[in-house]
Amino acid sequence: MTRTWQPADAAAAGRQRAGLRPPLDPLQSAARARRFGSLYYLEHWLRAMRGYGWTVALTAVGTPLVYLFGLGVGLAALVDANTSAAASLGSGRPVPYLVFVAPALLATAAIMVATDENTYPVMSGFKWRRTYYGPNASPLSSHQLVNGHCLGVLCRLLLTTGLYFLFLLPAGAVLEASGWMMILTSALGGLAFGLPVMAYAARIEEDKGQFALVQRFIVMPLFLFSGTYFPLEAMPLVVRWIGWISPLWHSTELGRVLSYGQAEPAWLTAVHLGYLALLAVAGWLAARRIYARRLGK
Amino acid sequence: MISARNLTKKFGDVAAVDGISFEVRAGESFGLLGPNGAGKSTTMRMIGGVSRRSSGELAIMGLDPDRYGPEVRAHLGVVPQQDNLDEELRVRDNLIVYGRYFGLPHSYLRPKADELLEFAQLTDKAKSKIDALSGGMKRRLTIARSLINEPRMLLLDEPTTGLDPQARHILWDRLFRLKESGVTLILTTHYMDEAEQLCDRLIVVDKGRIMAEGSPAALIREHSTREVLELRFGSERNASVAAELAGIGERQETLPDRVLIYADDGEAALEQVSARGLRPLTTLVRRSSLEDVFLRLTGRSLID
Ligand SMILES: Nc1ncnc2c1ncn2[C@@H]1O[C@H](COP(=O)(O)OP(=O)(O)O)[C@@H](O)[C@H]1O
Ligand SMILES: [Mg+2]
Repeated sequence: MTRTWQPADAAAAGRQRAGLRPPLDPLQSAARARRFGSLYYLEHWLRAMRGYGWTVALTAVGTPLVYLFGLGVGLAALVDANTSAAASLGSGRPVPYLVFVAPALLATAAIMVATDENTYPVMSGFKWRRTYYGPNASPLSSHQLVNGHCLGVLCRLLLTTGLYFLFLLPAGAVLEASGWMMILTSALGGLAFGLPVMAYAARIEEDKGQFALVQRFIVMPLFLFSGTYFPLEAMPLVVRWIGWISPLWHSTELGRVLSYGQAEPAWLTAVHLGYLALLAVAGWLAARRIYARRLGK
Repeated sequence: MISARNLTKKFGDVAAVDGISFEVRAGESFGLLGPNGAGKSTTMRMIGGVSRRSSGELAIMGLDPDRYGPEVRAHLGVVPQQDNLDEELRVRDNLIVYGRYFGLPHSYLRPKADELLEFAQLTDKAKSKIDALSGGMKRRLTIARSLINEPRMLLLDEPTTGLDPQARHILWDRLFRLKESGVTLILTTHYMDEAEQLCDRLIVVDKGRIMAEGSPAALIREHSTREVLELRFGSERNASVAAELAGIGERQETLPDRVLIYADDGEAALEQVSARGLRPLTTLVRRSSLEDVFLRLTGRSLID
């Protein structure tokens, strides 16, 4: 066996490797990673999002434009003309349909974005592009990957709901000053749905079209049965439970309280908030366990 | 730098790594040579502090990776078997983002990324998408990425598998430079020539166990003869002719496509074959390689 190559120029090789020395030693690096690792991964996440920044921006701006315009000139006019509006302010004064439906649109947009970010990108991190395995071999821990991802999703949700809210204002779809808090509650609603989906996506080994099924049999029914386009009370009792377990319903109802002061007992508002937080935390914890198991094999 | 004792990893009932022990010293180039499924990658993931061992003892720089995962990983550069570059980022950004995981500041990472791109001969690709790189370029970028923290120890899992010969030689040259500069290399391969060229010392693994350990030259000396005579009689006849070759050389091995005769003097053995009136279709005298060592130890070829 002859050597087919030789170190062409050992001196040059030495010079080339006498490169820049890092300002931290490995133990200092590890200490920083332990403390800030989630933020380092968030930084990566946001940089990668810039790669599809146009999609993000178009979705964030286009969705409210399309829906508000469509509903504003079409459905809302029709409904307002024909019904003694189903929803009413505490006093019984009817609410314009656009005001009634706006919190639902906002909550829906957040859930859509959260679904996008937590299905294929998560599976791809484990399977196709294997992007999780790079950082996993660095000082970061799998928990920090999960945290960084969740923070990234939260950033995108706030961007989405914040922009959406800015479109709602001039459309006259928000009546109360507390309406801006919908930006936060809708984002929470997005996490309440998105993080359990993240945990589920992280478990999938084989792509057999599961996400299409999630879309068809979970997301779509949620939209139909969550009191989005008409109040849940208009539904027969037998299907109302779908609304009660649906994060979309809780998120929408919260929005209605904040946006136009929909009358509702305080305990129910607390239930909305608590339920959304519970789902988000449960999804987050499950994702941490599943990521750790799968990346630590 | 590494010390493993009875290191074991089980997936369910199957032991992918079945009680292996070895030490790696600073500055050494240490290899794991074995066929697919031998447990090389599993071993590397345990050394890399990402996969928890089922039993045994393991210390990297004196640290137990199960307890000090981030500390262990901060010492290492890792080149996994499958590239996992982020295709949503440009070539240079892949390096910078990775460096951030080590808590390194941008003021260090920007010039460092340029230095490493130069080392990996990718300077003109700095702004390219990952998709636009060839397999060899991706591999070099992955190696560059693993060097972002200037690790003293580099783990390379099958660094050149799937590359064409030219790309392999470029890569070997880069690895050799790292070795020259004192970086400890731990690499797995199922190419015997790669092991012979890059490794000071290696273990031959099969089915999760160590079959032999030593320098390439010592392993060949110990488990094989100096030369090998390869004879091809045509696939139907190899087996039947083998009997007529009895007594030539120290040892013989009959494979489906050829007969191997192990002898210190291959030419002399060939003369003996001719003297018996046998006329092989082709003959070849060559030096013994690690392939022969593997065949001797396991009765199987490295690459099937
Ligand atoms: N995550 C896993 N789950 C179950 N079995 C695995 C897993 N990873 C590896 N194995 C099994 O362990 C054995 C060793 O695999 P590996 O370490 O990848 O070998 P090598 O790198 O030498 O080709 C194989 O039989 C493989 O099927
Ligand atoms: Mg392998």
